[in-house]
Amino acid sequence: MFSNLRSIWIVFLHMFHKRETVLYPEEKPYLPPRWRGRIVLTRDPEGEERCVGCYLCAAVCPVDCISLQATEDEHGRRYPEMFRINFSRCIFCGLCEDACPTDAIQLIPDFEMGEYHRQNLVYEKEDLLIDGQGKVQGYNFYKVAGIDVGVKAKGQGANEDKPVDIKKLMP
Amino acid sequence: MIENLKYVVLVLAIMLALVLIAAGLIWLERRMLALWQDRYGPNRVGPFGVLQVTADMIKIFFKEDWIPRFADKKVFVVAPSIVMITILLSFAIVPFSPSIGVVNLNIGILFFLAMSSLGAYSVVLAGWASNNKYSLLGAMRGSAQMISYEVFMGLSLMGVVIMTGSFNMRDIVLAQSRVWFVIPQFVGFVIFFIAGIAEAHRLPFDIPEAESELVAGYHSEYSGMKFGMFFVGEYLGITLISALITTLFFGGWLGFHFLPPIVWFLVKMFGFILVFILLRASLPRLRYDQLMSLGWKVLLPLSLLNILVTGAIVLYLNNR
Amino acid sequence: MNSLFYIAAIIAIIATIRMVTGTNAVHSLLYLIVSLLAVSVIFFLLGAPFIAALEVIIYAGAIMVLFVFVIMMLNTGSTGVKKEHELLKPSTWIGPGIISAILFGEMLYILMRPASHPMTSPVIQPAAVGALLFSKYILIVELAAFLLAAGVIGAYHLGRKEKLSYHRYLKKEEPTT
Repeated sequence: MFSNLRSIWIVFLHMFHKRETVLYPEEKPYLPPRWRGRIVLTRDPEGEERCVGCYLCAAVCPVDCISLQATEDEHGRRYPEMFRINFSRCIFCGLCEDACPTDAIQLIPDFEMGEYHRQNLVYEKEDLLIDGQGKVQGYNFYKVAGIDVGVKAKGQGANEDKPVDIKKLMP
Repeated sequence: MIENLKYVVLVLAIMLALVLIAAGLIWLERRMLALWQDRYGPNRVGPFGVLQVTADMIKIFFKEDWIPRFADKKVFVVAPSIVMITILLSFAIVPFSPSIGVVNLNIGILFFLAMSSLGAYSVVLAGWASNNKYSLLGAMRGSAQMISYEVFMGLSLMGVVIMTGSFNMRDIVLAQSRVWFVIPQFVGFVIFFIAGIAEAHRLPFDIPEAESELVAGYHSEYSGMKFGMFFVGEYLGITLISALITTLFFGGWLGFHFLPPIVWFLVKMFGFILVFILLRASLPRLRYDQLMSLGWKVLLPLSLLNILVTGAIVLYLNNR
Repeated sequence: MNSLFYIAAIIAIIATIRMVTGTNAVHSLLYLIVSLLAVSVIFFLLGAPFIAALEVIIYAGAIMVLFVFVIMMLNTGSTGVKKEHELLKPSTWIGPGIISAILFGEMLYILMRPASHPMTSPVIQPAAVGALLFSKYILIVELAAFLLAAGVIGAYHLGRKEKLSYHRYLKKEEPTT
């Protein structure tokens, strides 16, 4: 009985408390940099696409919302010819970001993706690709990779040994 | 003729005002609940979200009014109107101010009790006609709750009647010109308040429509304006109980002279409506058997005792 | 006043007939409630507002809700309707019909006699009813109170139940004979 009266009184006192609600459209909430929101494809510092079309993101995606088609340019550099994410399926788990070997696919702090038509939630490559480097600055996969696609010659990388001439007998 | 016309206009105005108050309470309740739960509530439509009520009403009017194929059609249609009719009729006896009021009935309180006991039918019939197990369970709970709480709702008012010597609401208000009945009849007030919450089936006594157990209780199958009638009927019920508490225990329109009587009445009434909302914000729902044992084992003996003591004191004072 | 009386009386009669001839139990009960409400209007018109209010509170409000409650719980549905149809055969209603006809004849005979009461009577205040109940009819009130007390005690006895403990340690020993 008295505990009931006490709880009524406590609830009454909440009249003078600060409200918890954030009035969203007028007052944006703070999103941490690692917030898992809209997915983007980033570029390396040279302005080239980072994605190498390895299909790891599509393989790891638990809801199968990523589909892509890899191809190669004349230097042998792989890139996705088509890259499509169906955001009506995406659950923003971030597994694609973890799986990506070249840090191309990244989740950014943006969630305002409401659409009236479901078809508009299917983002194509030109919708996904941004001009910046995203969260990982100054990283270029081909600078450290052992393959020559016109970025650097073999053996020219930062911590890279000279390529072994397999025609010679000397070690 | 002109007198009659004036009377009809007065009655219509009172009814309109009541329905508007009940509709406004939907907004008020949501705002107040939000305030007590550190939220904002509806604040987008119009200033402070007042027009939310209009939006809700438009929505509910234009919704498809669906009658289930398995329902008993006639009873299904009749049930929601019963609650509106009985509660609006009960307002006929409430004296809002010395000049505003529908009838001056010499059996005022009894009329209210009669109407509230008929109000139980809307719950019972709605639940039965829906032909749905959750509705039926809600109706069973509702009827048992309303019948048993009516008993000592009536008995708790008898203390007031003994002290006034009349069932007439205006006499009761005038008898409080010296001291409000809440002081000599505090037990009666508490019992009437609890029984009133149960009659209006509001939290913490809303077990006929307990949504966590029974979908929506007796009005699970209702939609559109029929549901709207139950909805508005519930808020009208709150208004009615608040108006009656004001009249019977808090001196009705009586107050200091700087405000007109109707304002005093409305201020007191809205105070009690806010208490109703506060109860909803703070208390959990009772279990069914707890409700019944509270009613029959605590409140009924208490109200009988109240009548006995009040009667004895009144007799003693009259015979001295 | 007179026309109001006749309207209420006709409603009461029609509702009662529908109540008797109806096949759906709940609909019949609703007609009975309507008839009770009409009777209470008649009481009101005859100058007994207290009885009118009590009629609504007790009969229409409480007892009939219990009736509806029980019928609702039984929920006979279509089988009940079928059974009720079978009950409407002449062989079942001829007996009650004859008895009702005799009563109706008696009533007509009383009404035909020239010396009948005028319909309008003074309004009886609730206080007067109370005073009469506790002076002239005190014995009947007391007897009714006895009956009700017996009913309450009986209901308590029927509803009382030993608290069952399912745990083996808390179980009482079975009485050995």
